[in-house]
Amino acid sequence: MANLMLGAALLFAGAGLILATWRLLKGPDAPNRAVALDVLTLIAMPLMIGAAVYSGRQIYLDVALVYAVLAFLGVVALARYYDRGI
Amino acid sequence: MTTPQGVLGFLGALLTLAGSMFLFLGALGVLRMPDIYNRMQAGTKSTTLGNILTLGGLGLLMPGWLPKIVLVILFVLITNPISSHALARSAHRSGMRLADGSVVDALAADEASQGIEPASNRELDAREIERQALETSA
Repeated sequence: MANLMLGAALLFAGAGLILATWRLLKGPDAPNRAVALDVLTLIAMPLMIGAAVYSGRQIYLDVALVYAVLAFLGVVALARYYDRGI
Repeated sequence: MTTPQGVLGFLGALLTLAGSMFLFLGALGVLRMPDIYNRMQAGTKSTTLGNILTLGGLGLLMPGWLPKIVLVILFVLITNPISSHALARSAHRSGMRLADGSVVDALAADEASQGIEPASNRELDAREIERQALETSA
């Protein structure tokens, strides 16, 4: 039962990745794509933690944490760039 | 991984499923909402809750890892509002329009009352022309 629910969770998260990627490709302009990218990273991070739990390696938790830090810095840098340039 | 056992495993799987449903609904909102501010609302709020639920559920599956997972949850809880706030402010300043059904733009009224110039009309027109060109080509 628990395995079934975890599989369904994986399906939902994967469908969310596909929808956010659709918005990333569709645009229609750069700030909308930045929002889609933000959501993509926020969905990818729980999947990374799920991969850590699945494989039983604690080191992948650090990968997810560093990924979250870098994604946050990237989004803030993008926002600043749209606001007034580099 | 071993099959999750007992009440803790069931509870963790249930929380993970609920959180991933919130993640899915957030992505659906990003795809379906009419303008960038609505998209940001859907994409940020529900994915924050989805992150908290999903990571908490996975932490219940692996109780030994809970401290580090709580660290990740706290990080998301702090940084997610900041990044969405920065994106919304830069979108508003660079002249993104609200959807047609919107009734109020409090930030624009506030800036006007303080004598701050809104995003320049010339830039707005260029963006509008670009958008129409994209729509006709699509």
